[in-house]
Amino acid sequence: MASRITIEVTRYNPARDPEPRMTSYEVPLHREWVVLDALNCIKDHLDGSLTFRWSCRMGVCGSCGMMINGVPKLACATFLSDYAPGPVRVEPMRHFPILRDLVVDTSDFLMKLARSKPWIIRTVEKPADEEHIQTPAQLEEYRQFSMCINCLLCYAACPIYGLDPQFTGPAAIALAQRYNMDSRDEGASERLDSLSNREGIWGCMFVGECTQVCPKHVDPAGAIQQYKLTAATEWLKAMVLPRGAK
Amino acid sequence: MSTYWWLARWSYLTFILREASSVFVGWTVLLTLVQIWALTHGPSANAAFHEWMRYPLMLGVNVIAFLFVLFHAVTWFGLTPKAMVIRVKGQRVPDWAISGPNYAAWVLVSLGVAWVVLRG
Amino acid sequence: MSKRSNEPFLWLLFSAGGSVSALLMPVHLFLFAIAFPLGWLDPPSDETLLALIRPPLVRVYLFVFCFLSLFHGAHRFRFTLYDGLQIKHLNEIINVLCYGGAVLGTVTAAYLLWRIP
Repeated sequence: MASRITIEVTRYNPARDPEPRMTSYEVPLHREWVVLDALNCIKDHLDGSLTFRWSCRMGVCGSCGMMINGVPKLACATFLSDYAPGPVRVEPMRHFPILRDLVVDTSDFLMKLARSKPWIIRTVEKPADEEHIQTPAQLEEYRQFSMCINCLLCYAACPIYGLDPQFTGPAAIALAQRYNMDSRDEGASERLDSLSNREGIWGCMFVGECTQVCPKHVDPAGAIQQYKLTAATEWLKAMVLPRGAK
Repeated sequence: MSTYWWLARWSYLTFILREASSVFVGWTVLLTLVQIWALTHGPSANAAFHEWMRYPLMLGVNVIAFLFVLFHAVTWFGLTPKAMVIRVKGQRVPDWAISGPNYAAWVLVSLGVAWVVLRG
Repeated sequence: MSKRSNEPFLWLLFSAGGSVSALLMPVHLFLFAIAFPLGWLDPPSDETLLALIRPPLVRVYLFVFCFLSLFHGAHRFRFTLYDGLQIKHLNEIINVLCYGGAVLGTVTAAYLLWRIP
């Protein structure tokens, strides 16, 4: 194995550069190094101005999502040796405005996340000293969707989001489904009101790339299709049953 | 995004091919309608229909249509378990346990239709 | 109009049609558009076929086959035009062409099947 590898990184300073450009750096290629180690090596030894987000370096915080050779990945979970002999192309996540170098502006997602109401909604709150009992089977219903770390790799992978920035997108809808499936929650109807439209679940065309790139195996594509089935069933019920009956 | 975004990745391309099958689904219905029309309009209409179906261009289009419809069927049954979650005793039934019977039903229905048509 | 759209209805047709066309179209197309014209299989005579499609149950079968498949195709094609070709600004025209085409095809199917002597 070659002992060094070339990393091509997007550099962009909006105050100075008219456009993002690629800059190459050469870093040591250690067997145990991930792309994030290479970026830190560049920042520590080659160019201290390189800007990128990271925190936990163990696939939990969801900060270090970037395009690695064109595929959305967590920099902390992507081994350099898998790309030997290189070069490795590291770019900011697609479909988001670049703030600087590898850092993108995710405020659009945060705005959309609120549409999903990702919290437990109760019509009547239980008294504070009463528990919400949940069985392991009930937990299993939504556990997979609760693993989301908001890394937004699914947004970078989703062509529909790229084509139509109005689209609510994979993670936000999967999180809505996470609360819909929670036995303690009573907000499914409210969420349906804000997501059963062209910008919500019906905008998804089931490309399935979100599920492919998800580092936590959330399966947002599955969540959205299941949500569609629920929404369609609710629609049928509303058609067949008289008003008021549920 | 570029108009040719779907060429950027293999998975995007298979997606757009899957969606393009819709054109050939429509085409197959059209063929069926023309055939029903021919059947109810006597021998000369039938002869014209058979001649039309034997044109090389027509056969070429139909072979392509067949491949697309086949692709639609394979992807459709393969994706059904993603949308339909069935739980038995709290455990999610594995994907193959849903798509497997789908594929089996497809083979049986196809054989059934072929039998009804071919038995003469 | 309520906040909830008519998309669920269109999606139900799309799904039903997707299943129907996936189940039935490959064999239909293989027999009538490939195997018979190429002479791989002996086709039934036109009289036999006409007799075959005459019973009401077979007419209903053919109607459902055409109707659901058309709406499946229209729905999918509509989204392919939106996103594949990025002509979403032609929204209204695409809707009219796709679903209008499906309605037209369905009416034609109903008429043809009704008129079988």
